[in-house]
Amino acid sequence: MTVQAHEGVKPARKRLFAIDYHTMGPLLALIALCILGFALNSAFISEGNITNLLTRSAFIGIIAVGATFVITAGGIDLSVGSMAAVISGVMIIVMNSAIGAMGVGVHIVLIGCVASVLLGLAAGFLNGFMTTKGKIEAFIVTLGTMGIYRSLVTYFADGGTLSLAFDVRDVYRPVYYGNILGVPVPVLAFAIVAILGWVLLNRTAFGRYCMAIGSNETVARYSAIKVDRVRTLTYVIQGFCVSIATIIYVPRLGSASSSTGVLWELEAIAAVIIGGTMLKGGYGRIGGTVVGAIMLTTIGNILNLTDIISNYLNGAVQGVIIIAAVWLQRGNLANLNPFRRKPTA
Amino acid sequence: MAEAVAQAEGAILAASRISKSFGEVPVLFSVDFDIRAGEVHALIGENGAGKSTLIKILSGLEPPTSGTILLDGRPVRLPPNGEAEALGIVVIHQELNLAEHLTVAESIFLGREWTRWGFLRRADMRAEATRILGSLHVAIDPDARINTLSVADKQMVEIAKAISRDARVLIMDEPTAVLTPAETEYFFEQVGRLKAKGVAIVFISHKLDEVMTLSDRITVLRDGQLIATVETGDLTPDSIAEMMVGRELSNLYPPKHEPDVDAPLVLAVEGLTADGIRNVSFSLRKGEILGFAGLIGSGRTAVMEAIVGLEPRSAGTVTVNGKPVEFRSIGEAVRAGLVYMTKDRKGKGLLLNIGLQPNLTLLTLYRHMRGGFLVESSEVEAMERATRRFDIRARDASVRVGQLSGGNQQKLMLGKAMESDPEIIIIDEPTRGIDVGTKQQIYHIIAALAKEGKSIIVVSSEMQEVIGLSHRVVVMREGRKTGTLEGAEITEGEIMRYAAGLKGEKEDDDRASA
Repeated sequence: MTVQAHEGVKPARKRLFAIDYHTMGPLLALIALCILGFALNSAFISEGNITNLLTRSAFIGIIAVGATFVITAGGIDLSVGSMAAVISGVMIIVMNSAIGAMGVGVHIVLIGCVASVLLGLAAGFLNGFMTTKGKIEAFIVTLGTMGIYRSLVTYFADGGTLSLAFDVRDVYRPVYYGNILGVPVPVLAFAIVAILGWVLLNRTAFGRYCMAIGSNETVARYSAIKVDRVRTLTYVIQGFCVSIATIIYVPRLGSASSSTGVLWELEAIAAVIIGGTMLKGGYGRIGGTVVGAIMLTTIGNILNLTDIISNYLNGAVQGVIIIAAVWLQRGNLANLNPFRRKPTA
Repeated sequence: MAEAVAQAEGAILAASRISKSFGEVPVLFSVDFDIRAGEVHALIGENGAGKSTLIKILSGLEPPTSGTILLDGRPVRLPPNGEAEALGIVVIHQELNLAEHLTVAESIFLGREWTRWGFLRRADMRAEATRILGSLHVAIDPDARINTLSVADKQMVEIAKAISRDARVLIMDEPTAVLTPAETEYFFEQVGRLKAKGVAIVFISHKLDEVMTLSDRITVLRDGQLIATVETGDLTPDSIAEMMVGRELSNLYPPKHEPDVDAPLVLAVEGLTADGIRNVSFSLRKGEILGFAGLIGSGRTAVMEAIVGLEPRSAGTVTVNGKPVEFRSIGEAVRAGLVYMTKDRKGKGLLLNIGLQPNLTLLTLYRHMRGGFLVESSEVEAMERATRRFDIRARDASVRVGQLSGGNQQKLMLGKAMESDPEIIIIDEPTRGIDVGTKQQIYHIIAALAKEGKSIIVVSSEMQEVIGLSHRVVVMREGRKTGTLEGAEITEGEIMRYAAGLKGEKEDDDRASA
């Protein structure tokens, strides 16, 4: 054997001043957006506005946490918006019809919640089962279920709107409008879901397996990972997140119709991507997803508070932000930075 | 050298003193090669001898580092990217290059369609395709889609395509590797027809019997050197095999430590049959290194994948430590103390876009959990252990595995496998694409593991490696075991005879009737 200095693997050196755009980028962008919002209208920073903003972020945010798992494992779920709509509809039907037998009370709301969670898990499992065992691309399966769920809610509502009985609304109201220790319930739920999601993705074998499968399914299989099971579970988690989001959403309006949750799937996917998760899978960041969801709501909020750009252009601004965010993540900013030292040979 | 020039004079295409290096690595050393009209010229040599590089140079896909290419006796610089087809030099690659969804006629004219005013002359092209296929006496419908054809018919389409381009030189890389014996017969007939038309044919093959029947002349390459170009009639299969190997072993390999005579059997395989393999039986003793030799595609990997549960088996038994097992997944095999290292490091073995540590522990995350949560410190410890034990070198821990050298990737994979503390280790191509220094390290690691009492199967296409490491060698050919060699029988010539089908169990008759 030749004599060679043993170098081994040194720990990654912490860079003090260089900022890792990939991980910190979304947060920096959000901060910049907030500063912009404050500069345009100081009301932006008011407690009421911030609370409102976070509360509105909660639905998309919670769904996007689930989507982070699906996308990290190399899948996609287009059905979440329709799924939320059909779950809302069924929840309302279940609660309304339970009143007759049991009378109005907290138990009615609990029954609705149980129905929501069961439906979410079942719908998620269905998506997962068809993609893994049926060997159909996730895009196609969830495109199909998207249409199915959407038309089911229209059918249940008979083309109109399903409304929750008014006396149940009063009981259910606090779940959206209430707060605990000053924190709105939806924000609290969002925080809990995000923390649990982060732990699951970063501190358990399951999370590691999601990344491995998204990165290279064959390697995962050769590494004794039960690919189908893990992948199906990501859709089940997605379904569960949709059911939680729906539970918080229903008391807001107390109704469900064919227009409930329209385009939520795209907003959720956008939040995930802005947050730095890779669309092709293999790398996921829950923290980024949370920031991404808040960012999307913030854009709309700022446009509401100012009249520089018409509020009707909300979607356009969001679109620009999504494309810019991904462009930056691909390392393009580093290439433009004139102060960056060129790597020396 | 005067002789080489004289030879080149009657040739359509000739290479004179061609050398080629990839970066610092030389792969061809001053090779002369020529091909005449109406001749079948076989190009043979072990894996890595430089055959593929030579045909790439002859077809313009790679420029030579030095030396000249002569076309019709005049020096030429061949255009890159397959444009040499216009000069009549056509290559049929081993993995056929056909678009699966096009029809036969469309495929034949792909890239040089006949048009009138910008519109395809579909009927004319179809008629011409029919004519060409007819001249080959093949019954292929010109309207059939490529993906409905058998491999042999696809190859005929490639040949028809070559004819439609007025090929004068047809270069084929292992054309029969994917054909059944009946299809091979048929293919030979076609080659005969082309030869009669005056086409010059170069073909690479590992099957010495075919080379003997089909070729007029044979060129043998070894380690990038031209060994000889000889009239086929002057040779016997044995003399070819000797020319192909004829090397002495260096001290690359550690001394062999024979396992105890009464060492228990840890793995016994009886009559294993699965997709691509038939009736394979062998056994492995504790502390033994068992080599698996054979040509590429002889079914060695399929045997290993069937054992560890990656592929279903249709018959046969596998016994581990006396207990019959039927693994349905790699996970079950790992729990039974059997680990498999794939030869496809990048495609199946490692996640290239993440760091070393998650790769190391991916197979054995259960060892790094407390109360359902991963314990990072435990993973870090494992990484440090593996780094020391297998001498894994990376700039720092943030390096992605894809940026490592092949040798370090292989060592990382070895570390990943050894994390599961296996009793039986199956290593498929332990040193593919690795520099000699790291090879030596890996050989020593393998030998040390065997000495510790681990039982190891080494599947390798590098014959020297099998010989240098193994206590016994199983040779496979076309999905079957043709022999088991022990002690002094383990020589390259002997392995080559079994691998090329010159020796050993002959094919059963049931194959012909099937």
